[in-house]
Amino acid sequence: MRFRLLRGDTILTIALAAAALFVIGVVVALAVELFSGSSASIFKFGPGFLIGSKWQPSNNVFGALPYVYGTLLTSAIAILLGFPISLGIAIFISEKLKSHQTFGYGLGTVVDLLAAVPSVIYGLWGVFVLIPFLKDYVEKPLNKSIGFISLFSGHPFGYDFFTAGVILAIMIIPTMSAVTRDVLNVVPNSQREAMYSLGATDWEVTQKSVLPYARSGIFGAFILGLGRAFGETMAVTMVIGNIPSISSSLFSPGATLSSIIANQFGESSGLFQAALIELGLILFFVALLINGLARLLLWRMTRGTQVKA
Amino acid sequence: MGEQKISYYKNSDLSSVKLATKDLKARFGKLQVLKGINLNFPENRVTAIMGPSGCGKTTLIRCLNRIHELTPGAKVEGEVILDGVNIYSPQVDPVSIRRRIGMVFQKANPFPTMSIYDNAVAGLKLAGVRNKEILDNLAEKSLRMAFLWDEVKDILKKPGTNLSGGQQQRLCIARALAVEPEIILMDEPCSALDPIATAKIEESIASLKKEFTIVIVTHNLQQAARVSDYTAFMYLGQLIEFGDTKDIFEYPNNSLTEKYITGEFG
Amino acid sequence: MEPKLKLKKDMLTTEYSLPTGISFWRKIVNKLMTVLVIIAVILAIIPLILILGDVIIKGAPALSIGFLTHLQKPPNVSGGGIANAIVGTFTMVGIAALISVPIGIGAGVFFSEWSSSKISTVSGFMNDVLTGFPSIVLGLFVFVIIVYPTKQFSAFAGGVALSFVMLPIIARTTGESLKLVPTTLREASMALGIPRWKTVLRVVISNGKNGLLTGILLSVARATGETAPILLTASTSIYFAKSIFQPTASLTVLIYNYATSPYASWQTQAWGAALVLILIMLGLNLLVKLTIGRNVAGKRMDI
Repeated sequence: MRFRLLRGDTILTIALAAAALFVIGVVVALAVELFSGSSASIFKFGPGFLIGSKWQPSNNVFGALPYVYGTLLTSAIAILLGFPISLGIAIFISEKLKSHQTFGYGLGTVVDLLAAVPSVIYGLWGVFVLIPFLKDYVEKPLNKSIGFISLFSGHPFGYDFFTAGVILAIMIIPTMSAVTRDVLNVVPNSQREAMYSLGATDWEVTQKSVLPYARSGIFGAFILGLGRAFGETMAVTMVIGNIPSISSSLFSPGATLSSIIANQFGESSGLFQAALIELGLILFFVALLINGLARLLLWRMTRGTQVKA
Repeated sequence: MGEQKISYYKNSDLSSVKLATKDLKARFGKLQVLKGINLNFPENRVTAIMGPSGCGKTTLIRCLNRIHELTPGAKVEGEVILDGVNIYSPQVDPVSIRRRIGMVFQKANPFPTMSIYDNAVAGLKLAGVRNKEILDNLAEKSLRMAFLWDEVKDILKKPGTNLSGGQQQRLCIARALAVEPEIILMDEPCSALDPIATAKIEESIASLKKEFTIVIVTHNLQQAARVSDYTAFMYLGQLIEFGDTKDIFEYPNNSLTEKYITGEFG
Repeated sequence: MEPKLKLKKDMLTTEYSLPTGISFWRKIVNKLMTVLVIIAVILAIIPLILILGDVIIKGAPALSIGFLTHLQKPPNVSGGGIANAIVGTFTMVGIAALISVPIGIGAGVFFSEWSSSKISTVSGFMNDVLTGFPSIVLGLFVFVIIVYPTKQFSAFAGGVALSFVMLPIIARTTGESLKLVPTTLREASMALGIPRWKTVLRVVISNGKNGLLTGILLSVARATGETAPILLTASTSIYFAKSIFQPTASLTVLIYNYATSPYASWQTQAWGAALVLILIMLGLNLLVKLTIGRNVAGKRMDI
């Protein structure tokens, strides 16, 4: 009888452990296979690939720099626009709507809906609605008026870093604001009351006691948003133009690590394909680093105090 | 329920009324916690508010500096009069009232991201004081008044949470003192502390009353007897009795008060 | 009333009076920040309204029974539909679910019931990192291990790629839901002599099944909207796939191809397909809300 029971337990434990190990295995296998798939390119270009600025499939010359640049630039725009808005939303729902809990919950749900929209639909909307709008009402006017600044120079026609950055901003707002909201809710009320009883206004309470208390969580949300911006593919590939360029102008077409893979993989083969896979490898490590960092920060903030949203 | 009997001050006590409540009512949603409190707090004296759990003493004290209304669903009616002005009148900005009526909470809540020094001067910086020399002086002054200076003077830059529970609470007292309120409200400040830390704080209260008016909520009868000049006894949201501490404890007028003091319920 | 600062004689020699009340500046900043914060909310809601509105307005004209049941047709031929795309999407999500649900639940149960094990900690962390990973990298991965060796784009490969998208979400939701099941239930069951494996399977899982269901629905919703992984693995097709080892169309890839094409009729169909996709996802999300919603134990499951 006992022997039978032990057998059942052992089988279950092994099966479940296998499932858990599978997860680890996936991440490891990802690295291994990406290495193997890009080996031709790694051997040919070595570490110089990372700073190579030429990308010419016809000449079998490949370099990742334009795409690293594009990824960094578009993500920077996305964060610059998206983070303050996310913080504002989180503060509004968490601090200002304390007496209207259901409205706050409803508003949060509405913002979360933004996260449910698939990337390709963002891209669709971007191509037919956002690009014409930004081109005529933002890019051309800026270009005409302050186009002497290199940031706004060039001939804007909508498919550029700027539009990609704006769409990315919209896409990362729900993630960042949701996490920030949760983090702000963890701040104990006694902290707010202590600040209030020193004679602080509502904003001062938020600024001087809530935000500092939650700062590592907020930073975690920031990093998480950054990670999502780095990895977004479809919406970016549809609006960025996919021309490898390292231009200082926001209104110049460009490409990111993910967008160029989506754009050119279909027609690639041989060394070209290996180079694209190597771009994916770079993306893998960047995503690993950023996601890992974000999780670490959020772990620290929320696991210590079993968070209640 | 017993009669509401409010003692008058002994003839030898020359202090005036600093803060008074007039028919103060408070509720959380549908629950009526305070049912019409009329209480006078004499200036430069320590008034203790005591009563069993749920009597409304914490709610009362939180109405005095307009913190109660910050809780969602909380409502206040009636008046609280500070130097002749009703602090609940619409022209009065609660923010300025809270500067003048400070609070120390049941559980010490120093700001964890600030140093001891920054905790002490937090309120001053809010008020716009920038001069380093003045901040330093006021920090030292308030830490001394809270009987904490000697223990922290060499570690002012360390985080506020590095201190023991009793020290943290004294830091919170210093923080409240620094902005020079006229009244200090204390909500069971020693309930989470050991006897030695409690003694230190009670010692500071005795000296603080020379400059401030103090209202202390406590469920510890001996503490009320030790530190206060006047005592109010509350039960189920009503004021049952108020008077000179000695009188209340030795010759209570109300039978309910007597039962509470002798420990028949608590 | 100006409170004057009276100090002990051994400190300051001058008197200093603290400012009373609050300055005009502080009041203005307070009001300004409230306004800014409300602007932030409006700025975020506007794109949502615009996108959903446009999808409905531009997509509705393309909808018809024919649209949903016909195969794709060249741009200048009328009567084109997205039937094969719909079937393709469901097929691949189905394959993905078949792979990811058992493994995901298994891993999740391990996280919850053997939470002190080192494997649990490492795997849990890896799992969290995998959630929200760039899906195109997952597509590259499946390309390398399946498509390249078999020299064949296939619905199967697409399903496998989607399973890696779904797996971390299911594992996490399962883990967190089961952690909520009170320990007393487990203890009571074991005290009755019920072996651990039965306890886990019968008692724990059946008590946490709401959370499990939510996780599965959330991940299905996510997978339905993915494009990049299946772009690289299932490619596309204008026909129904005859077997899962052949390339297939999908809603998302169709939207991508039609939207970036120069043909007006295809572009309209892209909007139509987008509307269909949104309706499917809305339905799924509604189902999620009806079970427990995005939060399990107050923790977000969809990030």
